[in-house]
Amino acid sequence: MKKRRLDVLSICLRWLTRGAALLTTGLVLFIVGYILFNGIPNLRPSLFAPKYTSDNVSMLPALVNTLFMTALSLLLAAPLGIFAAIYLVEYAGRGNRAVKVIRLAAETLAGIPSIVYGLFGMIFFVAALRWGYSLLAGAFTLAIMVLPLLMRTTEEALCAVPDSYREGSFGLGAGRLRTVFKIVLPAAVPGILAGVILAVGRIIGETAALVFTAGALEKLAQSPMRSAATLSVHMYHLSGEGLHIRQTYATAVVLMALVLGINGLSSFVANKMSKGGKH
Amino acid sequence: MQKFTRRYIETAARILFFAAACVCVLCVALICVYLLASALPTIAKIGPLAFLGGSRWHPSAGEFGIFPMMIGSLYVTAGAVAFGVPVGLLTAVYLARFAKRRTAKVLRPLVSLMAGLPSILYGFFGLVVLVPLLRNLFGAGKSVLTASLLLGIMILPTIISVSESALRAVPAQHYEGALALGASHERSVFFVVLPAARSGVMASIVLGIGRAVGETMAVIMVAGNQATLPKSIVSGVRTMTANIVLEMGYATDLHREALIATAAVLFVFILLINLLLSLLRGRNA
Repeated sequence: MKKRRLDVLSICLRWLTRGAALLTTGLVLFIVGYILFNGIPNLRPSLFAPKYTSDNVSMLPALVNTLFMTALSLLLAAPLGIFAAIYLVEYAGRGNRAVKVIRLAAETLAGIPSIVYGLFGMIFFVAALRWGYSLLAGAFTLAIMVLPLLMRTTEEALCAVPDSYREGSFGLGAGRLRTVFKIVLPAAVPGILAGVILAVGRIIGETAALVFTAGALEKLAQSPMRSAATLSVHMYHLSGEGLHIRQTYATAVVLMALVLGINGLSSFVANKMSKGGKH
Repeated sequence: MQKFTRRYIETAARILFFAAACVCVLCVALICVYLLASALPTIAKIGPLAFLGGSRWHPSAGEFGIFPMMIGSLYVTAGAVAFGVPVGLLTAVYLARFAKRRTAKVLRPLVSLMAGLPSILYGFFGLVVLVPLLRNLFGAGKSVLTASLLLGIMILPTIISVSESALRAVPAQHYEGALALGASHERSVFFVVLPAARSGVMASIVLGIGRAVGETMAVIMVAGNQATLPKSIVSGVRTMTANIVLEMGYATDLHREALIATAAVLFVFILLINLLLSLLRGRNA
């Protein structure tokens, strides 16, 4: 086939798209590379000391607090999100008015910026319920924040389960509840899991919603009612002070590795699902 | 008897699932009520005009005008759109219609990687890379321009992924028809496929705007945060989100309430943006 000669405009457009794609790629690689390059040489064992002091800004307490915060938020949000999605996909009929309201609410929640969640958490959990700056207040705030994400991903996973599974189960005389738990949910587990892991990534990376709910105490939280800085909040304070720039780089590397690792795991699990569904 | 218990359990399960689904409605209601209930009396006390239109923010002198912050949010968002939309849109076009399969397979995970980076990392990157760079170029490091650039980078993944799926959803006949009329591949994509995908593209831009308006941590670290109207593109600026985080830590009484009212104004902005988004999506469907 003869290659067609292109006019100037077409060539310009082609190079514009290439340039933009190159710029995007370059930006991602530069951001990630810059943090890795400056952070990895600064990773010292002393940064993982069990105690945080103003001389040795150890990130271990914040790391453990992040773990608690993630577990607590998921414990609250995952069952709610999954049950809500089950209702929307398996129970609600078409054209149900309640479904419209629920979807609208979930979409609204998904669009709210994290600082607004943070302030709401401060007014409601910290002040009105008198929990004070605490792990629990932070976890409740984050649970509301990731709820729409969990609902959406679970919904997608449930919708991807073929109707023939449900019909087979009903045909054998199983009730709706049994069908949901024995047939539909097991088939949707990878998709749901991918969503949950994605939510973990969001929780670990969150700062603005936690500053005024979980506070900034750089200590291992002894109970859910104690204030506790997570890794992102810890990093925010470090970079705000500007005194420990090397340590901030190192913290950035750990935070980035955690979040990217978790997001990668999520898409790995999700891919597995789409491959598993084919056979 | 057994049949009776089974029906009982089924009903109980249905109610449980329905209750779980209603929690998000409850959350939205709680957020609305608590934010607005704290904000409306405050705005009434300060005076709606003095609060929304006042250009002086001096909490110690009892002056609470958030107009500079509203304008600040507007400026950095507009700047983010100016930087992020052209690059994001062209990248989306590249991914959807130009890239070879293998290239797209590498590029797409990079875009989702970018979407997953926490805002505090973007902020730190802006602080250690963009701020010194722009200080050398323009003399001022923390400015409207820096914040716009950083936000433009941050909204890229949103714009790319939403626009790309909109471009992919355009029926093949559009493209094939244009080719058959003698248009080149590039012209067909830009003058036929892209206009056909415009409501999806608009939705991606609105989503990006929502993200830029609500972004907090990254903006605080690079915007300079002066609570005055920015005089030029290289002067410092404070957004509504920054205003809340910067002063909430020590604010008391009316000052604290004024900050909560700032969040309520932000919330109303976001609701309007969401409304616009659902209108766009409705037209799409």
